[in-house]
Amino acid sequence: MLNRLLSGDMPRSTVLALILGAILLCLAFAPFLFPGVRSVDTAARICIFIVLVASYDLMLGYGGIVSFAHTMFFGIGAYGVALASTHMGRGFDALLVGSASGALVAAALALVIGLFSLRVRAIFFAMITLAVASAVAVLVSQLSNLTGGEDGLTFQTPRALGPAFKFGDELFGVRLNGKLLAYYFVFVGALVLFLLMLRVVNSPFGRVLQAIRENDFRAEAIGYRVVFYRVAATCLSAAIAALAGSLYAVWLRYVGPDTTLSMELMIDILLMVVIGGMGTMYGAVIGATLFVVAQNYLQNLMGAASDAVAAVPVLPELLNADRWLLWLGVLFILSVYFFPTGIVGRLRGARA
Amino acid sequence: MSAAPQHAPKMAQLSLSDRLGPWMPVLLIPILIVLGFLAIPSTSSWLTLTVSGLAMGMMIFIMASGLTLVFGLMDVINFGHGAFVSVGAFVGISILLMLGHMTEAPSLVLNLLAVLAAVLVAMLATGAMGWAFERVIVKPVYGHHLKQILVTVGGLIVVEQLIIVFWGPEEIYLMRPEALQGAITFAGAALEKYRLVAVGVGLVVFAAMRFVLRRTKIGLIVRAGVENGEMVQALGYRLRLVFVGVFIAGSALAGLGGVMWGLYQEVITAHMGNQAMILIFIVVIIGGLGSVEGCFIGALLVGLMQNYVAFLEPKVALISNIGLMVAILMWRPMGMIPVVKAK
Repeated sequence: MLNRLLSGDMPRSTVLALILGAILLCLAFAPFLFPGVRSVDTAARICIFIVLVASYDLMLGYGGIVSFAHTMFFGIGAYGVALASTHMGRGFDALLVGSASGALVAAALALVIGLFSLRVRAIFFAMITLAVASAVAVLVSQLSNLTGGEDGLTFQTPRALGPAFKFGDELFGVRLNGKLLAYYFVFVGALVLFLLMLRVVNSPFGRVLQAIRENDFRAEAIGYRVVFYRVAATCLSAAIAALAGSLYAVWLRYVGPDTTLSMELMIDILLMVVIGGMGTMYGAVIGATLFVVAQNYLQNLMGAASDAVAAVPVLPELLNADRWLLWLGVLFILSVYFFPTGIVGRLRGARA
Repeated sequence: MSAAPQHAPKMAQLSLSDRLGPWMPVLLIPILIVLGFLAIPSTSSWLTLTVSGLAMGMMIFIMASGLTLVFGLMDVINFGHGAFVSVGAFVGISILLMLGHMTEAPSLVLNLLAVLAAVLVAMLATGAMGWAFERVIVKPVYGHHLKQILVTVGGLIVVEQLIIVFWGPEEIYLMRPEALQGAITFAGAALEKYRLVAVGVGLVVFAAMRFVLRRTKIGLIVRAGVENGEMVQALGYRLRLVFVGVFIAGSALAGLGGVMWGLYQEVITAHMGNQAMILIFIVVIIGGLGSVEGCFIGALLVGLMQNYVAFLEPKVALISNIGLMVAILMWRPMGMIPVVKAK
């Protein structure tokens, strides 16, 4: 049963299995285990980022394609839901239409970019996606009558997912309102998407992708159409990223360029994939969880450290909470050199 | 036994399109300028836009040339190239601000000396940084495109953050030196002096680069290395050394481009290199990765296109460069002047 659910891709390491189980339990019961607005918000962000990072890993870790447009696809999904909810009114039909059209648009755009660049050279893809993503980000902030510009869009989700909707009194001290339903909406959506991706990467399609990553020339020689597989992986990954964006929009009830399209977000995704471990879906789980928790709580710690060394020159500047990206960059470079397989690769390797 | 068929060679001239083919990329620039002339109603604004487009193109070329050569020579793709642009701008502008008494003086000589000092220091700094970057970040990942992209992006983040640590997070506004302010009027069109200077500098850099690549021994080795690195090594040249040299020179040029770009915009931020990278990538892709001439033509096309379209239809300007790139890739999927590798 479990084997079937995980598509035969078991964690293959006791420690890893324990960690994954703990993360799953924490996320499944987050509103009860960690009551409080901030911690539930963190849990929801973790769910969404797991899907987003896993979909990126589908492209990077399995397909060997570097993209800088993943936030663009994420944003397309988020804006899809926002625009549909604004123009069709609140309701589940708007959510459905918005996320479906967002996923379609993202996949179509990925198809066009992929056909243009991947047929020549895989590295063209990285450069072209960087250019296109920045153009789209500027476009979104310029077309303010459609997208709300820099301010973004605030919209209403179905009543059943709002804090005003109550369906009971209290359970274990947690108020049973729409916010709780919204969390479980996000959680279940993320879980389904994650299992779907696990299915994809362990299918024959996923194997061919891995073969292409290892040696594209050889894969072509064996008779697989490399461009077709790469473009298909890109489209799939873009569509799933867009769905993750839709979940994010449902959770936040707001979209804006900074939360969905910024380059910083793209760098965060890269870090999560590399730290967690490229080429394993479980790496995305661990990377996203670690990173989001660290982002929310570690920055305070850095602020404290900065205050502690206030007397020393330069050091406080380097330890300033705003500089945490600096240390992440260093960590990123080091992990690409020394732990290219990330945390998951290490854990699995330790057993073997 | 029948006789062999008569051998009748035919001397036909190549058709016009065949003869134009190799020159097409070069011809695109005048074609675009003429198109701009037809589309823009007033001649004087066309002239102004053409000059600023050329100036912008030259600056992008200076920044992009190092990247394309490094790729051609060693198959190394450096996503951190933008970091050199930012560092060059910050170092150069800091020197200019320190030499405030010289830049504010109305004397042309003093102004030029100050700018020259700023450019030299900036190029030295970015050249040294390029050497370190090559050593620490690029060298361990030769031959792995995926890792190169990831590691150089990491390097870009670190350098960008270090700039913020040393210079603070706010953008720095600056004034151009006295002699480079203002505009001259030519045929009813106002041409900013600084843009004319930028065009001149760009032409000089391009000419110097072509001279080095075509007429000197080093250039010969570099060109041969781009075409077939193993053969050059087999002949006894230490290609790695040449590569490091090219990397340093490319970084120094990116620094020069950064100073010029900063003076052009009159404001510098830690993210400017990142933004410049987007244009640089478009330029090297449409030019053909590894080709200096293609990079030059591509940069001019992008600069002109951006200025014309921004004047005619400001909203479309954002995606005009992407459109240009798509059109050129449909025409020549490897870029305008594809580099032929003998592998």
